[in-house]
Amino acid sequence: MINIRDKGAEIWETWNRPKRVAFVLISIFFAGLLPFAADWGPTSFLNTPITSFQNVLVYPVGMFILMALGLNIVVGKSGLLDLGYVAFFAIGAYSQAILSTKFGWSTWEVLPVGIVIAMFSGMLLGLPALRLRGDYLAIITLGFGEIVRIIALNSKGTGGPNGVAGIPNPPAVFGFKFDLMHPEHYFWLVLGMILLVVWMIRRFTVRRPGRAWEAIRQDEDVAALMGVNTLVYKLWSFVIGAAVGGAAGVLYASKVMVISPDMFKFDVSVLILACVVFGGIGNIWGVILGAGILAYLPDRIRFISDARQVIFGLVLIIMMNLRPDGLLPRKKREKITEKSKK
Amino acid sequence: MRLEIKDLRVHYGKIEAIKGISVVVNQGEIVTLIGANGAGKTTTLKTISGLRKVSSGAILFDGQDISKVPAHERVDLGISQAPEGRGIFPGMTVLENLEMGKFNRKDRKSEMKEDLDRIYTLFPRLKERTAQAGGTLSGGEQQMLAIGRALMARPKVLLLDEPSMGLAPMMIANIFKIITTINTELGTTILLVEQNAQQALQRAHRAYVLETGKVVKEAKASDLLNDPDVRAAYLGTGAAAH
Repeated sequence: MINIRDKGAEIWETWNRPKRVAFVLISIFFAGLLPFAADWGPTSFLNTPITSFQNVLVYPVGMFILMALGLNIVVGKSGLLDLGYVAFFAIGAYSQAILSTKFGWSTWEVLPVGIVIAMFSGMLLGLPALRLRGDYLAIITLGFGEIVRIIALNSKGTGGPNGVAGIPNPPAVFGFKFDLMHPEHYFWLVLGMILLVVWMIRRFTVRRPGRAWEAIRQDEDVAALMGVNTLVYKLWSFVIGAAVGGAAGVLYASKVMVISPDMFKFDVSVLILACVVFGGIGNIWGVILGAGILAYLPDRIRFISDARQVIFGLVLIIMMNLRPDGLLPRKKREKITEKSKK
Repeated sequence: MRLEIKDLRVHYGKIEAIKGISVVVNQGEIVTLIGANGAGKTTTLKTISGLRKVSSGAILFDGQDISKVPAHERVDLGISQAPEGRGIFPGMTVLENLEMGKFNRKDRKSEMKEDLDRIYTLFPRLKERTAQAGGTLSGGEQQMLAIGRALMARPKVLLLDEPSMGLAPMMIANIFKIITTINTELGTTILLVEQNAQQALQRAHRAYVLETGKVVKEAKASDLLNDPDVRAAYLGTGAAAH
């Protein structure tokens, strides 16, 4: 099967800088128009039957893409299986919920703090857990996800099973209001964050951390023999992944205004992981596409109600059989490419 | 440079894999550890490079005990290993693999080029394959890459773990020739672990024979080649390299 990602990269390589910048700007422009796609004739088939299309674009689509990008740093780049990623999402969301309702902080004030808290908990989890590998690490992260949810469920400060209500929306910025009437503003906000994360990941990937993660993923022992401080780099990927999850959580809480522990169950972690694997583990464009499809599809086919999850499962099974490396797999280096032959 | 292992003991869980061995490697030497499967050769090398923890005993590098130094810092001290099974990064190109060998050396670009040139002179085959993924190389080329990558860090001592494993006889002869070249022309001290005792003893200055985690013999390599016990146990009649 052809690898669209490699084809795309090949075309990209032939472009000069102005051409690339133009392409990126045009792409961002069209992505920014997405909230209006359901109103425009030719793309109106995108409209979702129950929740409005614009809201679906923010949550789940935008949020899932954001979280999948964050999880991809951990799972895709450095090859660490994290089954408790929802924990960082929850920590971000609860930071926003508590700091805004009890202390009156605005979303913009909470955002950096929520990110730092998520990063700190990522380090707290990573320090003991990252000494273990593979299955053992996966089990510990799974446990961590559950611990966070159960603490939220049983603490007074987090509102117990009822969660926290009355979380304020973010204050307006440059006249852009963030309220129920303006989901497209939320979308642009999430889009901005996605672009920021993509930019950040691309910076990392071409520099030393990217190389270190790549080496660790391919062979951790040999990476250490090359002088890579494996624990530190693994911790970094964990902490950066946590930061993205935390940021998504802060935004999510201020969008939905009510959160409760049952929004942060294990199945969210699994779904985000599915987005990463389905789209193409390790490749940000694949991950974005995968998360976009997996987040959007259940809402698009909501009219068939009960059969919805069955169809969703079938799509996953069929696609993973047809494209086991995901929709847009990471660069395949195991094959001899035309370039290296000469 | 002087590497000295003193009464080293290493455990895998409760099983003692290395039962108090002592090995000395002097500046400029090729020293080989030979022995059968499970004798503890690879474990010894992994312990020197830091992948295995020391239970007791010491690893002295230039007189300093490095047994508590983490693996990634031992590279900076001047200990590089080409691991068993070659351990190249299959998804990285030959060039990227070589660059990984210099991960911690923040040298200027010119030094990187200098090092690459040195490796390419030693292994012209790698230069032809520079943009090719490591996983697509032949076994012999991968071994060259593993050794070349270890040399990128400009090690004082090079640890080689079974470089002949799984290679065709022609390639084995080639690799051993290069090992001598590295020792004589680059002046790199080498600790070589081998099952191919014939070749190893021909190339090395001194040798240790390991049996179930202990050193049972220690002598000049040329003496061991003629030692009747060693001949019977490790070289066999005809002693063909395979």
